[in-house]
Amino acid sequence: MGSYILKRLISAIPVLFGITIIVFLIMSLIPGDPATAILGSYATPENVEKLNRDLGLDKPMAQRYLIWLGNMLTGDFGRSFSLNRPVLDEIIERFNATLILAGTSFVLCSILGILAGVISAARQYGLADKAITFVVLFGISVPSFFLGMMMILAFAVNLRWLPVSGMYAIYGGGDLPDLINHLIMPALALAAVATGVIARLSRSAMLEVLRQDYIRTARAKGVPERRVIMGHALRVAMVSIIPVLGIQAGFVLSGAVYIEIVFQWPGVGRMLVDAILKRDLLLVQGGVVFVAACYVLFNIAVDVAQSLLDPRIKT
Amino acid sequence: MSSFFRLLFRNHLAAIGAVVIAAILLLVLITPLLPLHDPDVTATADRFKRPFSDGHLLGTDHLGRDLLSRLLYGTRLSLAVGVVAALIAASIGSAIGIIAGYFGGHVDNIIMRGVDMLMAFPYILLALAIVAALGPGLLNALIAVAAVNIPFFARNIRGITVGLASREFIDAARLAGMGHTRIILTELLPNVLPVIIIAMSTTVGWMILETAGLSFLGLGSQPPQADLGSMLGEARSAMISHPTTSIVPGIMIFLIVMSINLLGDGVRDALDPRLRSGALSRPRATTLVDRQGDISAPTDDLLAIQDLHTQFHVGRRIYRAVGGVSLAVKPGECLGVIGESGSGKSVTALSAMGLVASPPGVITGGAVRFKGEDLIGAPYETLRQKRGDRVAYIFQDPLSTLHPLYRIGQQLAEAIQSHHQISRAEAHSRAIQLLQDVRIPNAESRVGNYPHEMSGGMRQRVGIAMALANEPDVIIADEPTTALDVTVQAQILSLLDDLRRDRGLAIIFITHDFGVVAQLCDRIAVMYAGRIVEEGPTRAVLDAPAHPYTGRLIACVPELGGGRRALAAIPGLPPAVDDLPVGCAFAPRCDKAQDKCRTGEVALQGAASHAVRCHFPEEAV
Repeated sequence: MGSYILKRLISAIPVLFGITIIVFLIMSLIPGDPATAILGSYATPENVEKLNRDLGLDKPMAQRYLIWLGNMLTGDFGRSFSLNRPVLDEIIERFNATLILAGTSFVLCSILGILAGVISAARQYGLADKAITFVVLFGISVPSFFLGMMMILAFAVNLRWLPVSGMYAIYGGGDLPDLINHLIMPALALAAVATGVIARLSRSAMLEVLRQDYIRTARAKGVPERRVIMGHALRVAMVSIIPVLGIQAGFVLSGAVYIEIVFQWPGVGRMLVDAILKRDLLLVQGGVVFVAACYVLFNIAVDVAQSLLDPRIKT
Repeated sequence: MSSFFRLLFRNHLAAIGAVVIAAILLLVLITPLLPLHDPDVTATADRFKRPFSDGHLLGTDHLGRDLLSRLLYGTRLSLAVGVVAALIAASIGSAIGIIAGYFGGHVDNIIMRGVDMLMAFPYILLALAIVAALGPGLLNALIAVAAVNIPFFARNIRGITVGLASREFIDAARLAGMGHTRIILTELLPNVLPVIIIAMSTTVGWMILETAGLSFLGLGSQPPQADLGSMLGEARSAMISHPTTSIVPGIMIFLIVMSINLLGDGVRDALDPRLRSGALSRPRATTLVDRQGDISAPTDDLLAIQDLHTQFHVGRRIYRAVGGVSLAVKPGECLGVIGESGSGKSVTALSAMGLVASPPGVITGGAVRFKGEDLIGAPYETLRQKRGDRVAYIFQDPLSTLHPLYRIGQQLAEAIQSHHQISRAEAHSRAIQLLQDVRIPNAESRVGNYPHEMSGGMRQRVGIAMALANEPDVIIADEPTTALDVTVQAQILSLLDDLRRDRGLAIIFITHDFGVVAQLCDRIAVMYAGRIVEEGPTRAVLDAPAHPYTGRLIACVPELGGGRRALAAIPGLPPAVDDLPVGCAFAPRCDKAQDKCRTGEVALQGAASHAVRCHFPEEAV
């Protein structure tokens, strides 16, 4: 097992390099002179030249990439000019908030999605199946930012059950119940689409498995039906559900951008949008590389989970 | 093609999706012709007019602009941007995919590595990076959304192309001296085009949603131009005081994405042949019972199947797999049920404990009595408590009938724990004991194996061990030795025979092999087209088969050292059970058949010990 994890980690190294190359190439797409783009049209020539030197833009591209990569490897992501602080500090602080939001959403969509899919499959064509199919269709079609806004209208403004936005109350907040209170709506809004996708996939995976001969064997042994569904069938269905959980984690992580904007959540997504609008490119660059790298590592964890579940995978 | 559209529109949801998206498209196409206000003319005096106020059907927004007009023009823009993004992503992605798939080797390797890298990014993050570099704006948002969808097309189309590139018609084109470009354009492209179109139809909704999202963040369309996303983004600040301006564009995005999703699902389902046959329905925990007519009185048999009828209802067709079968076993007795594939012997066996897959299976008549108690239509829990505990099954092909992800020890333990409350350790040692009983060497270490780590013969023994776990009264063995080689088969048969003698187990042994029957069974029943055509003591039936079918069946068996007897295959095929002939089902293949055989029911006649369903039996019974 340990050697398998090591193998997967080693295989991730070229992917991580690839990510930095892609981000670097995208950033070199900037039309015209980046320094002017950053400083705006009122910049003096001296300022432009100084920034060009600071950013190393006077050097050839390959050299620039290596310098940037080397700096990142030593933990230097550069300095955000709009916030006037090191990029990495800002990212880590913001990523914490995103992780709370996206992590909660991911757990929610995995549990709700799989549960809905299993119930739907076990009661195929029944009332529960139809109701779930309908809700799932709604979930995958409604834009998360619109859903978030409507939730605010319904539960914060009209019913006053939950706070409108933010991560903690301004006065007297800051503890866990306060965080949970603020987390409920954004986490649900963010989970909606992924829940729908996972539910659909789980349903078809379960239907596929339930037709297999070993399910008939379990029933012939007299295994109670609940255990047949939740044990025998789900165990095998998970083998095809888990990779999709990995993909959906990516959607949840990046879809957090919309939700962070709608709910004023102080996460990386909102930071990126602000940085883009302020043309703070070092912050964008660093943020994208950081989040993408985290996602790559998460996917390794998914692969490991998969190999633990399925003994037929050679580790 | 017409069957495709019939299937598509039989799916009501897909039809609804098609109608909604068609209506939106129509509305958007005629928008410039409608008598609408200019979408960009502001009138601050008319801010936030309510819907249905005069002149403004949906009211006005925060700058007094007509909401209906802005909605329709915004929808136009959103749809156009989404479709263009889909077209760009599809053409570039497919081109990359075709090149990678067609040339293969290093080209393929390098391209697909790049595609994998791009797919390692969370989707929206990559779009954000592109917009960050190019700067906010609708065109840049379009480029970003198209770019992040390229890998999806590249990967899918490559897969299809790789399959096509090795086909004969491509080789033929090469031999004819066609250049690569010409082969790709005239031979490959026409074949992958349908796949590209389907992939587009399923992703265009996403792309519309993603561009709307970027505009919502302020990174897409810039004022005063507005697509649905930026309308929603602008309305957000007034959402609490004037929710209409948010709700209207939001619902429009929802309707567009939902209708495209519905239509896309419908297209995919209509093209997927597995859904066409309805194969994706899940079998219930017990077979459906829809019993008509009376049932026979209890007998003193251990397990008695009485006049059983089991059918498969597929669409409007009814397959009469079992048409009135009666079988019975007493303790310690072994009954062989023999017949060709499709004669209904397995379905009879599975019906006993309600294990016929349903849908499509339905038990329509008869009774199955265990110690006199009728199990057909019994509550699930009654049936479950008998399954595996009193009546156990051994199935054919243990690779597919054993659970692939549980250790065999767990599977054995579970068989016991489903019926008896025993501790884990106890169940474990009992599992080892069971493996030893079926003579698996190194049972202590084998108990931790997964099925895929064992040989076919070992797995079959595990299947038998599982059936023995609760010391049942009856074992129904459905061709348990068919997949095995002869020596293993002999070992397993003698194992079953020992158990029968030692434990007084009753066995119903289903097979198409007379050799096996002769070795193990006291009595045999011969099945043909869902009915028993002959039943009697093994020796009597084998030595003097009464039914012409039995005779022909035995004549098919080569005898070791039996000289130069001609092996007579039976001409013709068994009848289809959804279209059974009137009278004797074997008549069309029988050379003794007369007019009498083709009219009316033929009854099972003869003594209780040896009976035959034939007007002109080979031997008097």
